[in-house]
Amino acid sequence: MNSSITNVSRRGFIKGLVSSGALVLSVQLLPETLWADKGGTAVEAIPGSRVDAAALHPTAFVGIDGDGTVWIIAGRSEMGTTSRTSVPLILAEELDADWTKVKIEQAVGDAKYGDQDTDGSHSVRSFYDVMRESGATARLMLLRAAAQQWGVPESECTSDLHMIVHKKTNRRAGYGELAAKAAKQPVPKKEELKFKPKSARRYVGKGAKSYDLNEIVTGKAGYGMDVHMPAMLFASVEHPPVLGGKVKSYDEKAPLQVAGVKQTIPIQPFKPPHHFQPLGGVAVIADNTWAAFEGRKKLNVSWENGPHGEYNSEQYKKQLQETARKTGKVARNIGDVDAEFAKGGKVIEAEYYVPHLSHAQMEPPVALADYRDGKVEVWAPSQSPQGAQETIGQVLGIPKENVLVHVPLLGGGFGRKSKPDFAAEAALLSKATGKPVKVVWSREDDIHFGFYHAVAAMYMKASVDGKGKPTAWLQRSVFPSIDSTFANDVHYGSAGELGLGWTDLPFDLPNHRVENGQADHHVRIGWFRSVANIYHAFAAHSFADELAHNAGRDPVEYLLDLLGPARIVDVKASAPEYDNYGTPPADYPLDTARMRRVVEIAAEKSGWGKKKLGKGAGMGIAVHRSFLTYVASVVEVEVDDKGEVKIPAVHTALDAGLVVNPEATRSQFEGAAVMGASLVRTGSITAKDGAIEQSNFHDYPVARMKDAPYHTSVYIVDSEAPPAGVGEPGLPPFAPAMCNAIFQATGKRVRELPLANTSLTA
Amino acid sequence: MIQLKVNGESRSFEGDPQMPLLWYLRDKLELTGTKFGCGMALCGACTVHLNGRAVRSCSTPMSSVADKEIVTIEAISQNGLHPVQQKWIEFNVPQCGYCQTGQIMQAIALLKQKPKPTDQDIETGMAGNICRCGTYQRIRAAIKAAAGVTA
Repeated sequence: MNSSITNVSRRGFIKGLVSSGALVLSVQLLPETLWADKGGTAVEAIPGSRVDAAALHPTAFVGIDGDGTVWIIAGRSEMGTTSRTSVPLILAEELDADWTKVKIEQAVGDAKYGDQDTDGSHSVRSFYDVMRESGATARLMLLRAAAQQWGVPESECTSDLHMIVHKKTNRRAGYGELAAKAAKQPVPKKEELKFKPKSARRYVGKGAKSYDLNEIVTGKAGYGMDVHMPAMLFASVEHPPVLGGKVKSYDEKAPLQVAGVKQTIPIQPFKPPHHFQPLGGVAVIADNTWAAFEGRKKLNVSWENGPHGEYNSEQYKKQLQETARKTGKVARNIGDVDAEFAKGGKVIEAEYYVPHLSHAQMEPPVALADYRDGKVEVWAPSQSPQGAQETIGQVLGIPKENVLVHVPLLGGGFGRKSKPDFAAEAALLSKATGKPVKVVWSREDDIHFGFYHAVAAMYMKASVDGKGKPTAWLQRSVFPSIDSTFANDVHYGSAGELGLGWTDLPFDLPNHRVENGQADHHVRIGWFRSVANIYHAFAAHSFADELAHNAGRDPVEYLLDLLGPARIVDVKASAPEYDNYGTPPADYPLDTARMRRVVEIAAEKSGWGKKKLGKGAGMGIAVHRSFLTYVASVVEVEVDDKGEVKIPAVHTALDAGLVVNPEATRSQFEGAAVMGASLVRTGSITAKDGAIEQSNFHDYPVARMKDAPYHTSVYIVDSEAPPAGVGEPGLPPFAPAMCNAIFQATGKRVRELPLANTSLTA
Repeated sequence: MIQLKVNGESRSFEGDPQMPLLWYLRDKLELTGTKFGCGMALCGACTVHLNGRAVRSCSTPMSSVADKEIVTIEAISQNGLHPVQQKWIEFNVPQCGYCQTGQIMQAIALLKQKPKPTDQDIETGMAGNICRCGTYQRIRAAIKAAAGVTA
C-alpha cells in the first residue's frame, strides 16, 4: 500500500467536526485493488472538501480539540460487528490517546473516506495501516510541538496517555493544550513514524466495548428506523411480486379513505439489469407509518409479471441438480481426475443443496430523504453510503455529489443493506412530494423483496485409495450469480464467487478439478454474510466427513490427513482467476499449518474423541478459511426420538491474524453459530410463479433462544499476522459441522438444507 | 378519544383506534427506543410494559390501551440504569442492538415473575424475542447475573 499524509487543518473541511485551529489530519491510502475496482479513474471530491485526485483512496481522519477531545471518524457502517469502535481504536492506540476522551463521528458517504462498503469482513484489514499511520502522525506532531515549546530535543520526549512528557525536567503537556501548536508542524514523512511495540499496546488486542453500548440499552441509539424530521411524510411501497413486474392498474382513490393517507405515487419499473434500482410499484404516502401500511391494502394493484413469473423453486432445483451432474466450466485443475476415475477404483459421489436465504436483519429496510432544489439529503442505514450516492444520483438524474448520505446505526445488515434500493425510493418520493419522506419496509416487504442468498446445487465425486484418501476429487457448483445484479446475460458464477470456498479448497489432492455450471437468476441475488462460502463449505466439508466415515476413520484424523502437510497452497497456480479476497498471497498466504492448528485446537477444546456422548448425541467438525481467516468448529448435537435437535455446545477456534477487539470477535463467532443454526434448521426461501412464498418470522423462522447453541466457546489464536476478517468467517463451517454431528448421532446424512426437509427418525 | 399514561405522563389519542400502540409511540410521541421488527408479535422488538406486563406494542391496538399505563425503555429506570441494563452492558450483550430494548423489557418483566429463573424459565420467558445477530447466550448470562443466579 502507498500512503501519504497531508496537514489540511487550515482548509477547514469537515465542517462542524472539530473546532477551528484544531489539528486535523487526513490520510490517503492507495491500495492497488481500489484503483482496479474503480476502473482506474479518480473520484471527484465534493464541493467544500479538499480537491485531490487521490481522494479516490481510503482516508481516515483524526481531529484534536483544544479541550483535549479527540475526534475520530468512523468511515465504515456499524451493523453490529463493532467496527465503529474497533477501527477508531487502532488510531487511538498509535495516538496514545485516552479512549475516554475519544468521540466518534460517523462519516457521511464520501469517496475521500475511501472504501466505505461495509462488507467482505475487511474493515480492520483494510484500515489497520491507515489508522495506525494517522494516529502515529498526530502523536509525532504533538510531540514535536511540545519539544519545541520546551526547547528540548524531540528524542527526549515521549507520550503517555493523552500527554507529552519530558521526564528529565518533569514537564507534561496535554494533547488539548498542544493541539493548536501541533497544527503548525509540518506533517512528518511516513518513514519518520514510530509505532508501538506489542508490549506497549493499551487497546489493540485488548479491545473496548461498543462506543454505542450505553445508548443501545437505554433506547437512545439512533437507527435508520428512528430518524425523524419535522413535517416528514411516511411512505410504504407496494412492489411488484415478481422481479421485473409492472403495474397494469391500481385504485388511486381507495387508499385516501384511510385517515392520514395523503396520496399515491407510482414508481417506475427498472430497466434491466436491476442493479440497486427501486423495484417499481406504487407508494402510499401518509402522515404516519401505520396509515401508509393500511392505505396499501386498498391499492388493489393488477400486475404484469413478465418472464420471471415462470420461476418455481421445485422445478428450478431439479434443473440445478441436473446441471450439476454434467461437466461444467473448469475453474481449477490439478492433474487429471478423469484418468484417475477411469482406473476403476472405489468411487464415492454425493450431491448437496442449499436453498435461497433471506437476511431478515431485525431492522427492515428504511430511509429518510429530503430533496430540495436538485440536491438530496438522505439518512439511510446503509452498508454502502457511496453506493447509495451513486444509485440515488442515477435514479434522480442528479450528480452523486448532490446526494448527501448520513449513516445512522444499522439494525443488522448481513449484506442486505449493501443494496440501497430502499434509500433510492425515499429520494424519489421526496422529490415527488416536495417534502421529507421516510420509506418504511414492512417485514413482509423485507422477506418478499430481498436480494437473496443464491440457491445452489453441488455435485462431488472422489476416488479413494485403500486408506480412503482421495486419489481424485471433482467438485461442481451451480448457482445464479450475483453478477446478474449488474449485467444482463450472466449465466455462470463469477471467479469471485468461486473463490469463496470452492477454488481455494486447500486439501492435499493429487488430482483435483473444480467446476461451475450454468444457472440463470429469477430473483435478485445478493451478498449474504459469507456469501458463496455457505454452500461451498457445506458441500466440501460434508463430503470430507462422508469420506472419513466411508473409510472408517476418525473425522478429525481424516481431516488433518486431507489437509496434508503444513504448506503454503498456491491456489492461483491451478486456478488462474483466484483473487484471494483481493489481497496479495504474499501478505495473506493460504497456509495449511494455520488450518491444521485451528482443527487441533477445536478438537482438543471440545473433548473430541474423549468426551462420553449419550444416546442420540454426536459431534461434527469442519474447517474453512474465508475472508482470510481460518476457522474450525466442532458442533455437538443431541437428537431425540422425535428427531428434534438440540445444540448443547459449539467449540470454535479461529486464526484471524492480529485481532484488535477479542471480545467483539467472540461475539461475532457466537452470533455466526446462531445464524448457522438458523440456516441449517429452517432457512429456506422459495418462489412460486415468480413470487416469494415466505413473508414473516412464522414461515421464515430464524433461531430463537431454544434453537440456538446453548453455548459457543470461541478460541482465538494469538497472532501478529496481518489482520483478517471476523464478521463472516464463523458462518461457513457451522452448517457442515452441525450436519456431520447429526450423522454421527443418527446415521442420517443431511445433504439438503434446511434440516426441516430431512426426517431424522426411523 | 383515548386517554392513557405513557411513562407517567397523561396522553390523549384521537386517531384510528386500530392503530397499534407501536406507531403511536414511535411516530406521534417520537419514543423510538421501542422498535418495529415484524408487525405480527413474532419478534418482540416492540416490547413495552402495559400495566407492568410485557406486551407486543406492534399488535396492541390503541383501543385496548384506554386508561392503561404504558412504560417504554425510555422510562424503565427513573435514576440511572436499571440493573438489567447494567448487566447487558457488563456482558456486552448487543451486537447491532436493534432488538435489545425489546429483549431488556421482556427480561425485566420475566424477572418480576420469576426472580430466580432457571434456564427453562429464561428460554420460555424469552421465546418471543428474536435476535438475528444471535446474542442469546449473553442474554441468558445477563439475565442470570441480574437475578443473582449462578451461570
